[in-house]
Amino acid sequence: MTARVGVITFPGTLDDRDTQRAVRIAGLEPVSLWHRDKDLKQVDAVILPGGFSYGDYLRAGAISRFSPVMEKVIEGAREGLPVLGICNGFQVLTESHLLPGAMLRNNHLHFICRDQKLRVENADTAWTSDYEAGQEISVPLKNIDGRYVADERTLDELEAEGRVAFRYLDGNPNGSLRDIAGITNAAGNVVGLMPHPEHAVEPLVGTGRTDGLGFFTSILKKLVNA
Amino acid sequence: MARVVVDVMLKPEILDPQGQAVQRALPRLGFAGIADVRQGKRFELEVEGPVDDAALARIHEMAETFLANTVIEDFTVKVDGEAR
Repeated sequence: MTARVGVITFPGTLDDRDTQRAVRIAGLEPVSLWHRDKDLKQVDAVILPGGFSYGDYLRAGAISRFSPVMEKVIEGAREGLPVLGICNGFQVLTESHLLPGAMLRNNHLHFICRDQKLRVENADTAWTSDYEAGQEISVPLKNIDGRYVADERTLDELEAEGRVAFRYLDGNPNGSLRDIAGITNAAGNVVGLMPHPEHAVEPLVGTGRTDGLGFFTSILKKLVNA
Repeated sequence: MARVVVDVMLKPEILDPQGQAVQRALPRLGFAGIADVRQGKRFELEVEGPVDDAALARIHEMAETFLANTVIEDFTVKVDGEAR
């Protein structure tokens, strides 16, 4: 039996199906979780996919953060459960304070949708071990609230501890401080990023590259070797 | 029923491109002399029962945990009008 990865659907989530598909392609079993679920169905890892949960009302991710399923995710994450937040999922993780900082409106105020080059800065997390540190990948980026901000002290801390997991290359697309595209918690089990690896797992669609597949094969290795 | 107003503003050091876009539009629309614009959110709460210290403390807690994200935003709580 292979490992089971929960994919949460909030009202307004868009990328849950693509994420489940990416999980399946990597050889894992996707398990659908609903925002009202009060348990995580004994999954081995959780992914919070992209979209506009609760219409981004109040702030992106602010209302989802208080959903019943998130109570369990927060509890699990603190005990080492691997959690990946993509785009809106990253916003939910910062609102939950599982990851530091916050996401704000892009500095140019436009929705952006394009292939984005990234550098993998930390290949030691649960979700990035199948990459090499310094590896350059290209995956789609699509958002309007993608500007990562945190105070200087937090940014210095992230840099010093190697917790900047991904950085934008070839131009900063949204004004994110220090070109940060994604970060990890200190333990390396919780990772969040704005770009979308789940849209780059098959040669037939998207960039034509499969640069995003590494997220899912990383977690497969971690769970199967555990 | 008493009204309590919670104003939420981005912290001064946080870039506010929406406020900047408003500010840049002003001269074009004939409104001169505005050096800077910051855009925020205002919540008007209709409170059941008396707005005493306990009620205000709860509203403060609500603002801190939910209405504002204190990583990026500051907030103020004030009772509207004479009601108090």
